[in-house]
Amino acid sequence: MMQADVKLDTLGYFCPMPIILTSKKIKELALGQVLEVVSDDEGIKKDMPAWCETTGHQMMGLEEEQAKSGRIYKAFVKKTK
Amino acid sequence: MIATQIEPTATLAQLQESKPDRVTIVLLSGDLDKAMAAFIIATGAAAMGMRVTMFFTFWGLNAIRRRGATSSAKDWLRRMFGLLNRGGADTLPLSRFHFGGLGTKMMQTVMKQNRMPGVPELMQTALELDVRFIACTTTMGLMGITKDTLIDGIDQFAGVTTYLAEAKQGSVNLFI
Repeated sequence: MMQADVKLDTLGYFCPMPIILTSKKIKELALGQVLEVVSDDEGIKKDMPAWCETTGHQMMGLEEEQAKSGRIYKAFVKKTK
Repeated sequence: MIATQIEPTATLAQLQESKPDRVTIVLLSGDLDKAMAAFIIATGAAAMGMRVTMFFTFWGLNAIRRRGATSSAKDWLRRMFGLLNRGGADTLPLSRFHFGGLGTKMMQTVMKQNRMPGVPELMQTALELDVRFIACTTTMGLMGITKDTLIDGIDQFAGVTTYLAEAKQGSVNLFI
């Protein structure tokens, strides 16, 4: 289990909202802090690494778990700039 | 309150160093699905730190028209056209399966149930993310669409050269 400083719930939101919410939320973090983005949109598995690559933040990892409503994805992003 | 002094040369150097990727999107279509695709790409790119410019022309102008605003074009022909061609981000029809409004209504209901943002919400997000809107003056004139009937937040009223000057530096240029 990864540890995050701040958690962002984007459950129920489809592309591009999880990424847009992430780009807004990351501004509130301090350098080096880790943001956990929780989403049930499978696209985030590819989109979050792509977003990190473009923006320069660090993708720490992705966790998947099975919830009652379906699969849930947790992306961990470290603010690096 | 302390006023922040911005060093112009420093900010310029910073900008040159960071060289943000540029994206331009021409929205010619006034269809709900196509406008959605355009705004999703625009907001996604803006969230990735890219500088995004959207150029609205022909039917695409309907997306940035205020709902119910009547044209104040000078001649009656164009005023009539502006009246027949309804505008507003929430009035765009689907390109297929519109079925006199029934198909579009069904799609909007499904979207709402799934908490998917529609064109008005996506457009608002785009504006919040500093996506620049340019309205094409030539087609505005042609279609009897006047400035006062468009939404607030239009960055420029311009033509093809403004678009090309921007597109020349763009790494992604889309025509929808």
